[in-house]
Amino acid sequence: MSYLKYSEEHEWILLEGDVVTVGISDFAQQQLGDVVFVELPTVGRRVEQFGDAAVVESVKAASEVFAPVSGQIVEVNEALEGDPELVNRSPTGDGWFMKIRLGDPEELEGLMDEAEYADFVASQG
Amino acid sequence: MDGKMTETGTYTGNRGLRIEEPLIFEQDAPGRSGVDLPDPPPVQNRLGGLDRTGAIGLPGLSEPQVVRHYTRLSQKNYAIDSGFYPLGSCTMKHNPRLNEKLARLPGFADLHPLQPEATVQGALRLIDTLAHWIKTLTGMPAVAMSPAAGAHGELCGLMTSRAALEARGDARKRVLVPDSAHGTNPATAAICGYAVEAIPLNAHGRVDLAALKSALDGDVAAFMLTNPNTCGLFEDEILEQAQAVHDAGAFFYCDGANFNAIMGRVLPGDLGIDCMHLNLHKTFSTPHGGGGPGSGPVVLSDALASYAPLPWVVHGENGFRLVEHKGDAAAPADPYGRMKAFHGQMGMFVRALAYMMSHGSDGLRQASSDAVLNANYLLARLSDVLSAAYDGPCMHEVLFDDHFLKGTDVTTLDFAKAMIDEGFHPMTMYFPLVAHGALLMEPTETESRESLDQFVDALRHLAARAKSGDAEAFHAAPIHAPRRRLDETAAARHPVLRWRPEKILDEAAE
Amino acid sequence: MRYLPLTEADRSDMLAVIGAPSVDSLFRDVPESVRLAGPVDLPPHQGELEVERALTAMAAENVAAGSVPFFLGAGAYRHHVPASVDHLIQRGEFLTSYTPYQPEVSQGTLQYLFEFQSQVALITGMDVANASMYDGATSCAEAALMARRVTKRPNVVLSGGLHPHYGETTETLLKFLDSKIDAMPADIEGTEDIVSRIGADTACVIVQYPDLFGRVRDLQPVADACHDAGALLVVAMTEIVALGALRSPGEMGADIVAAEGRSLGNPLNFGGPYVGLFACSDRHVRQMPGRLAGETVDVDGKRGWVLTLSTREQHIRREKATSNICTNSGLCALAFTIHMSLLGEDGFRRLAALNHVKAVQLANRFAAAGIEVLNQTFFNEMTVRLSGPAAPEVDRLAAEGVLAGVPVSRLLPNDDRARDLLLVAVTETATEDDMDRLVAALTETV
Repeated sequence: MSYLKYSEEHEWILLEGDVVTVGISDFAQQQLGDVVFVELPTVGRRVEQFGDAAVVESVKAASEVFAPVSGQIVEVNEALEGDPELVNRSPTGDGWFMKIRLGDPEELEGLMDEAEYADFVASQG
Repeated sequence: MDGKMTETGTYTGNRGLRIEEPLIFEQDAPGRSGVDLPDPPPVQNRLGGLDRTGAIGLPGLSEPQVVRHYTRLSQKNYAIDSGFYPLGSCTMKHNPRLNEKLARLPGFADLHPLQPEATVQGALRLIDTLAHWIKTLTGMPAVAMSPAAGAHGELCGLMTSRAALEARGDARKRVLVPDSAHGTNPATAAICGYAVEAIPLNAHGRVDLAALKSALDGDVAAFMLTNPNTCGLFEDEILEQAQAVHDAGAFFYCDGANFNAIMGRVLPGDLGIDCMHLNLHKTFSTPHGGGGPGSGPVVLSDALASYAPLPWVVHGENGFRLVEHKGDAAAPADPYGRMKAFHGQMGMFVRALAYMMSHGSDGLRQASSDAVLNANYLLARLSDVLSAAYDGPCMHEVLFDDHFLKGTDVTTLDFAKAMIDEGFHPMTMYFPLVAHGALLMEPTETESRESLDQFVDALRHLAARAKSGDAEAFHAAPIHAPRRRLDETAAARHPVLRWRPEKILDEAAE
Repeated sequence: MRYLPLTEADRSDMLAVIGAPSVDSLFRDVPESVRLAGPVDLPPHQGELEVERALTAMAAENVAAGSVPFFLGAGAYRHHVPASVDHLIQRGEFLTSYTPYQPEVSQGTLQYLFEFQSQVALITGMDVANASMYDGATSCAEAALMARRVTKRPNVVLSGGLHPHYGETTETLLKFLDSKIDAMPADIEGTEDIVSRIGADTACVIVQYPDLFGRVRDLQPVADACHDAGALLVVAMTEIVALGALRSPGEMGADIVAAEGRSLGNPLNFGGPYVGLFACSDRHVRQMPGRLAGETVDVDGKRGWVLTLSTREQHIRREKATSNICTNSGLCALAFTIHMSLLGEDGFRRLAALNHVKAVQLANRFAAAGIEVLNQTFFNEMTVRLSGPAAPEVDRLAAEGVLAGVPVSRLLPNDDRARDLLLVAVTETATEDDMDRLVAALTETV
């Protein structure tokens, strides 16, 4: 069974089995503006929940993308190298960043579901 | 050229004096050159078989073409010589031509840095004289002259601090900077192996003293402050800040970018500063040159002076000497290293000293007074139509935020681009971050009242237009500049950072 | 005062508009205890005539390089700069313009920076170059930082043929970072085995080409050894004119070229301002320090240029920036570009050839006079061994009106092997007569 969750840093995760796919939300890509470059982690690297994982750059800013869960990077979206605009065009689809093998399923408790995230974004003002 | 009329309505795309000028690479003719060099006589060469084979790919142009090319390029640039730059913290003051004349004297310009000292006594004397002026103006006992620019000077100040701490056996781990700090501050701290912690500002736009005190502990190596600060305000609690920093055993670094506000009126040495860099290309009129070169000497307190980097000038028995090696340095000097090759930005030293001597002690004080007066005049004449971030008085620069544009659909960026069409270079935008959509204006003392009035009137007009709902016009600006808004996204997504001949591109495509 | 437009009437009118009683009142945030009552203890203002007189007197105390036979190199080489260069860089729109952050009104600067970047990439044989650094030595130091980022390794190997100032600047920049610098002993004999020093923790090897002693060697084997070990090869250069005659570092496998560009367009300036060149491979471009001008189009579809990849830089990335550098060497880069444009392919090669020819002629004269030259190979600089300490001889010859070269002991005071060695550089500016006088002077010495 797969399900979708969100972090307070505007990352989404889609869990399938024990692997989560991670990207940034539509709200996040709107805030960033045109994405010009994505710096992805190397496959095999271990990440900690809410630690640095990737960097997404627009012309005027560089934003950290944090790992919503701890685990090991098993795949990264190489399409972003030649086409960073994917993040703007399809943030929750083809613009995914990385896949993490989930270490501790309990970490998912700390993330928001869709309704909670929608409220969270609304409260950002 | 295909004979089509371009949007300008001209055949060439040119507009009178405004010429569309291609790259030098697009004006190449093989064998052509803009110099006449004799034929090298044949010799048995000693290049060890590493002769260059194959073309380099440099274009050939004659002298008239090169002169025309760069003249046309220059005509597309805004400059102090042609207009007002209200850029905050840049101090875009007039660049005197006397400076240029004197820097070009062969006795300064045509000197090799490693000539025997007896042949360069005048140059060493100049560096020593400038150092004296700098120490006197800042009330500090020592100055490191070699850093090549402000950020380089910042690095020097922080490295000296770390060297002093390590000599105590206590390198420490963190550096404190205000929320409003310039980006060079944390970048510099990182190179020195320090983590950076930001201190918030209080409601008056100054560093929150209580927050600073609670952050200061035995792990803090230094506090980096710009004073007057990046909001254009004098840090009125600076003496208490210095006390707290020293009580914690840390060093107080001051970013001297805004020294133009207080030159001749306040001695940084009296404020408890341990190190401060100066920007000769800001406060002391050396030209910005489209991005450089600069010069960033760093004044040092007694606690730090002995760790200053090599080289420096000393008075010897037979005149001036250069100390270039640790072994030559008399105790207690313990330099932490060297910042660049050779001695420093001598060309900028000549210019800065000529400027200082021209103004003299009285003139420098008058300059800072006029700089502060001009900024407060802008504040007074604009505060009803723009939104000042803080109550006055300000120092040499004044900070506005974009509150006055609320509801207009015009951003700070749009407003700035409209200023270009009015003939002004925009002010500093979106810095410091503490003001939303910041507009930071520094007029300097070399703007006349007439120039300021024209500027103010234009901004009042633009503000009124923005508020009257003319957002479309602002979004389209600029329309009169040599280029309209450029696609920075495309430039970053698919960087083209050099010219490549079409032929090579075609071959690669095959 | 001639630079201050405000009149007393202006000042009092403006104070009235502000509603302040005096300018002093505007400084009320300054604690009273630190307010200076009057001007500091320095001389008062002076007119142009007086300032000119004072500084001209200081200049007159110096021996200008062009006024005597001149053979100094060791990192700074005297070349003839065409007259147009200095006129063009003094145009106010170049001299007094700001960093091109508002590209619509800075296309002049941005276009020449793009041309500069292109020229540097071409001559070094690399993919991409930045818009200049402070000088060759800081370029070299920044290259070491970049190699650490790219390889994620801490350590650096410095060739014994690297200019000591470049080595010291690199060591200083890395001083407080977790990095071991293996600085090899001065490679006076030209026999160093740098490849054996490359380890699993080596981020880069830094060699100089031609080296401190003037020697030229094929760097391909060093490049190969570096790459086999996962390290980068940084090639430092102090004499950029050499690239008009020599195979480029890019053709020999260099990953980064960190060079001094001052030989073209700019005077010796007693050490500064100079202009650092920095070039690397495309794949590392996002790790490059410094500014970059990039091509794009405006809303009308017209070609133009902007500063780009700014997210590498301090004003955005802050502590994660690739460097803290803010200012580049703008006007010096412009002078380089104009000089290079005047030279063109033909002129640049010819200039380099003339330099080398003079050096060969000088070496032959030394050989004929029994003066020992250590070099098998050289471009325009060689190392001469005297029969006694070189430094006092250089001083003595200077007093007799010949600037004979740089004693190696000036750069390596603690190396006994360097004591008798003299670095002699010769460029297209040296005359037959100059060379005669040098040979005669050194013959006495030997």
